[in-house]
Amino acid sequence: MTALLLENVNKSFGEVHVLKDINLEVADREFIVFVGPSGCGKSTLLRVIAGLEDATSGRVTINGRDVTRTPPAKRGISMVFQSYALYPHLDVEGNMALGLRQAGEDRGVIAERIAAAAKMLSLEPYLKRRPAELSGGQRQRVAIGRAIVRKPDLFLFDEPLSNLDAALRMATRVEIAQLHRNLGASMIYVTHDQTEAMTLADRIVVLRDGRIEQVGSPMALYNDPANQFVAGFLGAPSMNFLAAGPLGAPGAVLGVRPEYLSVSATGAIQGRVAHVERLGGDTNLLVTTRAEETVTVRLFGQHDHRVGEEIGLDFDRARTLSFDAEGKRLRA
Amino acid sequence: MHKARHNPLNSLAAHAALLTWTAVALFPVVVILVNSFKTRKAIFREPLALPDADSFSLVGYQTVLKQGDFFLYFQNSMIVTVVSLFFVLLFGAMAAFALSEYRFRGNTLMGLYLALGIMIPIRIGTVAILDLMVQTGLVNTLWALILVYTAQGLPLAVFILSEFMRQVSDDLKNAGRIDGLSEYTIFFRLVLPLVRPAMATVAVFNMIPIWNDLWFPLILAPGEATKTLTLGSQVFIGQFVTDWNAVLSALSLAILPVLILYVVFSRQLIRGITSGAVK
Repeated sequence: MTALLLENVNKSFGEVHVLKDINLEVADREFIVFVGPSGCGKSTLLRVIAGLEDATSGRVTINGRDVTRTPPAKRGISMVFQSYALYPHLDVEGNMALGLRQAGEDRGVIAERIAAAAKMLSLEPYLKRRPAELSGGQRQRVAIGRAIVRKPDLFLFDEPLSNLDAALRMATRVEIAQLHRNLGASMIYVTHDQTEAMTLADRIVVLRDGRIEQVGSPMALYNDPANQFVAGFLGAPSMNFLAAGPLGAPGAVLGVRPEYLSVSATGAIQGRVAHVERLGGDTNLLVTTRAEETVTVRLFGQHDHRVGEEIGLDFDRARTLSFDAEGKRLRA
Repeated sequence: MHKARHNPLNSLAAHAALLTWTAVALFPVVVILVNSFKTRKAIFREPLALPDADSFSLVGYQTVLKQGDFFLYFQNSMIVTVVSLFFVLLFGAMAAFALSEYRFRGNTLMGLYLALGIMIPIRIGTVAILDLMVQTGLVNTLWALILVYTAQGLPLAVFILSEFMRQVSDDLKNAGRIDGLSEYTIFFRLVLPLVRPAMATVAVFNMIPIWNDLWFPLILAPGEATKTLTLGSQVFIGQFVTDWNAVLSALSLAILPVLILYVVFSRQLIRGITSGAVK
């Protein structure tokens, strides 16, 4: 069963063509993450799925039902917004109940679902509070609760963690992953944060300039990217791209992930340490090579390198990727 | 930085400036109030003196309450002001919502057209308006005034409110749409409460010119039954003899209702003016 099917979806705002021929199939219970730089159209695509924007052309099918012309409330979706978007005049309970009341749901059913959601999200002590009296993390949980009580066919998340601080973001990320396991629902999650994408997704959809660049599981995209853009977007610190010619590699650009570089006095790349980041568990070196390229090296554990030190780097040729001048992947 | 703000000298200077301004602004009002309680002779002998046992007199108020139908004038002014404000706020907010929320052809042009009304005084069209009112038989009705004041207030209302409505979070409106709220519910329940300070600002800006207006009541509704307070007070101002006691008393009474309305709006107003600056 497919939870969502997008067929040749296009969206233009006047002259600006924002989404170009989007085709995607999302399986039931799948967690899909849309990722891409800002302005790539990922939020617009989510809005088209939600029905907040009409597709200029193409077809949107949710749970086997063509909803291209259906208003948002009748699409069987719920959405969690970046700014929480709680109703300021209603308390937590009222916020969660509003959608169900509008749909004419039975009082008992509403109370039951709110109680279940509040329990799942530990919101029980706050049910009578207004959004203004809650912390950021609690507000986000209310927003998630409001989505849960509707029992939608499809959950949509629009950058839900970007307003939270780092510690809370990590905790909420884990909660969303657990929520997905507990509910067994299909979810689409938009983010520009590749860590969220890697950790949450069953499959990642990488978008650029309104086009899907590649779709696949996080590890598939990480290990086997289709092009230089995907290779550079996933992974932190991001992949190093070096001129292939001087290193005797095929193609125009050679891609090496920072963790596959190692320090070796006789290495193929010679340079000088420009900056050292000590993270405790890892040490990142920024090295300026003789060819004036900057290379990031990720060393595990703590290392005693200094800024200005001459250094040689070697890499595992089996784990490098080659790209042509347009950034397309060259496969051996 | 916090200390600098509490420097006693700075604070003294600020308060001195504010108090001076308050005194200047209140002076004419106080003169009117004080003199409205004095005899005619005392008004002219010592205009700035407070009423004492000798000069105290309520004759002005007695004249006002006896002559003409002052309660009716009050009522007319109140009806015209409140109903006009209601329509200005309702239609202004609705137009502003449409302009700020929906993408449609000619949106910007429509906004400019509506804003044009701020620059062109409505009195230029007086002859045409009078003609229109005569033909529709609305002369000497309160509706004539209400319609004109509503038209007069709309441009500024649309202009200010659409600016504020653009600041209301899109996510909130979209959350409402996903929860199945109608556009009207989104407008009345979600958006309007959030732009309440702006509504109060618009209300105050419009209220005072409507209440004080003499022009349109004189032209469109001069009949006894539809006289407003400002127009009604004119009976005491003659070409040769002016009953100053009565004029001052009428003016003092006219301040009251507008003062009450102002107090109602002002708590919202202060938030409205500062909300853009301090955040």
